[in-house]
Amino acid sequence: MANIKQLSETKERLVGGHRLCGGCGASVAVRQIMLGAGADTEVVVCAATGCLEVSTTALPYSSWDISYIHNAFENAAATLSGVEAAYNALKATGKIAADKEIKFIAFGGDGGTYDIGLQSLSGALERGHDMVYVCYDNGAYMNTGIQRSSATPLHSWATTSEVGKAIPGKPQRRKDLASIVAAHHIPYAAQASIGNWKDLVDKAEKAFNTPGAAFLNVLAPCPRGWRYEAEQTIEISKLAFRTKFWPIFEVQNGVWTMKEVREKDLLPVEEFLKAQGRFKHLFAPGNEHLIKEIQDEVDEYYDYIKRMCG
Amino acid sequence: MADVTVLAATGNQMVAEAFRQAAVDVLAAYPITPQTTIVENYAKYVADGRVHTEFVAVESEHSAMSASVGASAAGARVATATASQGLALMWEELYIAAGMRLPIVMANANRALSAPINIHGDHSDIMGCRDSGWIILFAETAQEAYDNSLISFRVAEHPEVQLPVMTTLDGFITTHAMERCELMDDATVLDYVGQRVPENPLFNGPGPVGHGMFASLGGSYFELKKAQRAAIDNSAPFIQEAGDAWAEVSGRPFEFVDAWKCDDADYILVVLGSAAGNSRVVAEQLRAEGIKAGVARIRLYRPFPAKEVVAALKGAKAVGILDRSDAFGAEYGPVGLDVRSALYGEGLLIPTRNYIYGLGGADVTLDAIHQAYAELQELAAGKLDQSLSYLGTR
Repeated sequence: MANIKQLSETKERLVGGHRLCGGCGASVAVRQIMLGAGADTEVVVCAATGCLEVSTTALPYSSWDISYIHNAFENAAATLSGVEAAYNALKATGKIAADKEIKFIAFGGDGGTYDIGLQSLSGALERGHDMVYVCYDNGAYMNTGIQRSSATPLHSWATTSEVGKAIPGKPQRRKDLASIVAAHHIPYAAQASIGNWKDLVDKAEKAFNTPGAAFLNVLAPCPRGWRYEAEQTIEISKLAFRTKFWPIFEVQNGVWTMKEVREKDLLPVEEFLKAQGRFKHLFAPGNEHLIKEIQDEVDEYYDYIKRMCG
Repeated sequence: MADVTVLAATGNQMVAEAFRQAAVDVLAAYPITPQTTIVENYAKYVADGRVHTEFVAVESEHSAMSASVGASAAGARVATATASQGLALMWEELYIAAGMRLPIVMANANRALSAPINIHGDHSDIMGCRDSGWIILFAETAQEAYDNSLISFRVAEHPEVQLPVMTTLDGFITTHAMERCELMDDATVLDYVGQRVPENPLFNGPGPVGHGMFASLGGSYFELKKAQRAAIDNSAPFIQEAGDAWAEVSGRPFEFVDAWKCDDADYILVVLGSAAGNSRVVAEQLRAEGIKAGVARIRLYRPFPAKEVVAALKGAKAVGILDRSDAFGAEYGPVGLDVRSALYGEGLLIPTRNYIYGLGGADVTLDAIHQAYAELQELAAGKLDQSLSYLGTR
């Protein structure tokens, strides 16, 4: 990987002036990941419908300094499959020079990936297109106003998993998307976070350089939806890792490796929860058992990843 | 020098041959009856190394059209095929393909829509997307399915058109029945269809481009839709030009409306697709009895050739419009509405009746066609109203 000075001088693919909120984790994720593409590599990007898409491509402007395609919500993976297939076909007939290399990357939110786009993603992974698919996971349908998705954490508030006398937020745990993707036995799948930028850039570089399908599940906090101040995005990302809420790991050719939380860095999950308004109700008297349930779930998942890493 | 092979083939075989000869770059498809043999045949061409095509065996029709959109935006020549529920599942993507002005050629094996589930031929699927912005052609025969498919590439990729085109054939009747067909040699076809010269492709262009941008309030959504309306309206002369150019090569004429003995006809049936043959047989029998019957078969359905339809019907005393699908809750079926509107636009208040026929592959018998012509005579005599009826139900 290039050093930080070199990275700071790399041309941005997603440039300033877009309309994402201050503190949005998605744009940070895109910029960090694009650093992994290599400074001179041509990249074509596909975005699923979502915050990133609506905020970066409002006609007559575009914030992308690379070729871009958006199709619909659930089909970024299928759309980019077609783009990649076209690249191969045009290369076969000599319409693209044999020595010209283009990388393909798709970005979808958790709604567009865990939920409505899961079938399209699974198909593309199984077919093994040479592309990188990135899920920027902010744990809800933020673009439509913070509705719950299958990535929304247990007991979290969202506008379709409301907190009330009968139900204390989302009753279900999160879907384990990274493992689902890994079960396709693609050459590279990883989970990462914008709070650990060096690790993310490194994983993005691996994903871009892997022939065949590669996947990154990236935690991208959302100040509006998670109910915290915009300047805390990176701090909260780091807390997600330090509390084991968001394990960082990769599966390269079937070999699982994780970045373990150091004993001295380890914090209870409350530290992640209490920083965010979406978990505020958990700290009301009498709800201690809910936090305990979250801690148990977080520990169980972390241990599962650890077991997978042998 | 053109070299023609005469063979016995099904409509699906002929469509697969057309796609092969057009040197398609990307074909993303999913199996569905009665389209499946098109992509099966194509998969064999790929396996045998006869084509350079990237065959993308997607996991759904939605992804088939999604991948087609991506491939076409990238600058590739793109074809696919579907039917029925598959076409319905693509619905969202059909509008996107047209709105993004992407040339894509899709064969549709016209089939009934659920429920109840039924795998046989009718036009319910295709009529469900008649307003999606695609150019739509109907074939009567396997030969015409081949001809229409080749013409479709020229039309879709024409710099003045840049729209997706559906080349349709009736499920089982045309997709699966063997007919005598003429297959043109590969070189002549390739010369006819030419190379795609993409506008603003994702790569190979002078710089970065954006496809599928966001045009909300204050954007240009309204203006872009107006431009799209103009694009399909203005495509007609280019469709005729492409059809004429193929007629010159093949010797088979191309007309938006095949007006069979309509010039002096008192009673005319309007029909799309495979039922035209039976209609002409009955009309011929009636003519032998001194009744002036005619058949107007619509080959280009979108853009709707109102002028040509009116020209065929203008002298009739009564017109029966055959619809192989219903537009539930509307006064008439889809073709009925189009034809009536075209007549009214020209100030022609010729009495009409609308016949829903052959749904779910129900037989279109000669008796049923006789009944329709008999009713048209009663209609002209003022003994029958202009209502919609189901023809040939038990």
